[in-house]
Amino acid sequence: MAHHELTTPVDEAQIRSLRVDDTVTLQGTLFGIRDATQIHLFDRGRTTRFDLRGHAVIHTAPNVKKVEKSAAFPAGYAPVCIGTTTSDRMERFTRPLMAQYGVRIVIGKGGLREGSLEAFRELGGVYLAIVGGTAALETTWIEQIEDVDLDDLNPESLWRFRIRDFGPLLVAMDSHGGSLYRTVQQDSAARRAAVLASLGVKA
Amino acid sequence: MKIDLQGVEDAAKELYIRALKVLPPDIKQGFDRLAASETGATAQRVLGTMLKNIAVAEDTDNLLCQDTGVPIYNVTIGRGLEVDGHALKEALRRGCARATREYPLRSSVVHPLTRKNEHTSCGIEVPVIHIDFDDVPDRLAIEMIPKGSGSENNSFLKMAIPAEGTDAIKAFVVDCVLAAGGKTCPPTIVGVGLGGTSDLAVALAKRAATRELGTSCSDPEGAQLEQQLSKAVNQLGVGPQGLGGDSTAFAVQIELAATHITMNPIAVNMQCHSARRARATFTPAGVAYGF
Repeated sequence: MAHHELTTPVDEAQIRSLRVDDTVTLQGTLFGIRDATQIHLFDRGRTTRFDLRGHAVIHTAPNVKKVEKSAAFPAGYAPVCIGTTTSDRMERFTRPLMAQYGVRIVIGKGGLREGSLEAFRELGGVYLAIVGGTAALETTWIEQIEDVDLDDLNPESLWRFRIRDFGPLLVAMDSHGGSLYRTVQQDSAARRAAVLASLGVKA
Repeated sequence: MKIDLQGVEDAAKELYIRALKVLPPDIKQGFDRLAASETGATAQRVLGTMLKNIAVAEDTDNLLCQDTGVPIYNVTIGRGLEVDGHALKEALRRGCARATREYPLRSSVVHPLTRKNEHTSCGIEVPVIHIDFDDVPDRLAIEMIPKGSGSENNSFLKMAIPAEGTDAIKAFVVDCVLAAGGKTCPPTIVGVGLGGTSDLAVALAKRAATRELGTSCSDPEGAQLEQQLSKAVNQLGVGPQGLGGDSTAFAVQIELAATHITMNPIAVNMQCHSARRARATFTPAGVAYGF
């Protein structure tokens, strides 16, 4: 249960050193992606000018305010409220994100499935759990919206955030086949029969 | 009392923003109850982060969660009111769009086929508007619920049959909580709609999921089942965010209706831990805001 301070981009060795139940605080750059972003990148042949190699992506679609471009707001957007959405819907995009774009860290809530876990194991990736529904707090970890691509998909654009002390986040799926979600699901499924019996449900 | 439609429009805007920022006291108390009995270390940390977020949202005057949800307005019209119903619905739509553009809020609403976002939180049949009546003189109440998608995506309907009895209800609720896992942003309010027709069962499940915590089903059999199921789902070990622990649900809440002799409908709709709602009450004294 070690704590790690990481600055993005990261390399494979740094990711391989992370284990389920460790915690991570991130510094540097973070990219925001969502359903539509990935549908357009992977199903509709679009590309991004951003270099995602070794980077972290977060499953998000922020509340933003359009403002004049300036040094403080280089993308013309001020953050209003930035939080995290349910990852499970984007399960099938984990592998192409890693294989085609070199992403090493996925941040989300609720977890991903076996396909993603296998991609993390093979390619050297990790899933960091953030506490969903705590966007007011998360917004205080975002220093700036630095840039935005695919903005016709707004709010599901591809966002580039500058972050500071982003976390602590929980390593919930690691590159060694460990998944906290799988452990909890197996444990819960094992409890089902006893819970139904306590309700008087006949098997 | 004649209803001032400009006042309704302004309230529709105000309610959307208020609901997104401040959690009702019953939900805060629900957090305190769960935190007091949670035995898991990770779960305690997760609950602590959620409580910190509630304070940060209030301190920074920010939204609790980035998901502005699907906007729902529940209107209750008392006796002796003079109101143009069609114009009232239009006023609610205008207020919802104004909140989105003027704050500005993320419009989370798109066309289901083209996926086009009008950036107003409005679209065909959205905001969802429900209109009902009560016997209170000179009172119009508007409840606003921004319904988050993480929990809404975990909605379930089973048209069970009479021979399956209440066992079917209990097993279905437990299995829905297991299937939802961490995707609903637990701890949740598990709303269960029983009886009626398929559409009524689903509507009742939503009403149950958004009902004030600490209240009970008005039917005594339903209230008893609420107690049993509330205890049971928190023994499954799903925990906050699906990361394990005792705090899977604040409560299981049930609303029910009579049904057909051949039917046993069960609907489940969940509300995430950011269980947001706000209420405006119009009386001859003016408009008052609460939960």
